[in-house]
Amino acid sequence: MKIRVLLGLTAALMVIALYMVFIFVPSDAETGVIQRIFYFHVPLAWIAFLAFFVVFGCSIMYLWKRGRKWDILASSSAEVGLVFTTLFLLTGSIWARPVWGVWWTWDSRLTSSLILWIIYLAYFIIRSYISEEGRRARFAAIVGIMGFIDIPIIAMAITLWRTQHPGPVIFEGGLVTEMIWTLIVAIIAFTALYILLFSYRVLVKQDEHELNALKALRR
Amino acid sequence: MDNLGYLFAAYTVIWVGLFTYILVLAQKQRQLRRDIDWLKEMLKKADQLP
Repeated sequence: MKIRVLLGLTAALMVIALYMVFIFVPSDAETGVIQRIFYFHVPLAWIAFLAFFVVFGCSIMYLWKRGRKWDILASSSAEVGLVFTTLFLLTGSIWARPVWGVWWTWDSRLTSSLILWIIYLAYFIIRSYISEEGRRARFAAIVGIMGFIDIPIIAMAITLWRTQHPGPVIFEGGLVTEMIWTLIVAIIAFTALYILLFSYRVLVKQDEHELNALKALRR
Repeated sequence: MDNLGYLFAAYTVIWVGLFTYILVLAQKQRQLRRDIDWLKEMLKKADQLP
């Protein structure tokens, strides 16, 4: 029931966000229509960071309390975070092709983002290689905590090093009012989508545990 | 600048990626529910045996 309400809310917010991205907001004077990728690319990145922050928090809680629920929450959030990271890397690459003339460049922001993707991919590789539940959760929690260190590096990459990536236009008044509102609505829509996917993933994980418990009973 | 093709590609990637993930999750949950129901039925039958 809760999932259905969330689904309806997310769908409505997404429709509003799409309307704003394609109809409401004016095109950027410098880069033209391609700048409209920004309204989904930025929320994807920010919500991926939020997802990994949840992984970080739940991993700490797991190592402290050793409760299974913390591992379920951390791994569910990591999976959604990995999907969002994949999508923001791909959309960034599609934006770069017409604007920079290349699909990819080893720029500090792009490279640190790719490292983030590799870290959380490793998180799942580690999980798939360890069969003992407690050990798997412990190792994954350590990777989940260590991996989070990369996020401040990504955030500061555009100010610490010389980079091709656009600067912090959002906080430096580089956007007109319509652009700011479109970005805010898109961020709200993607936050709702994250909550929806995360909740759904947690439900599926709980089913996996129920199935394993029933299998153990049958033996 | 006319880059509509790239814009279309970016939004297609996002929606295809998200819908694929949701479909995979939904399929996985359906399969899990089926297995859980089947196992519960088996355990109930085993309990009823003399």
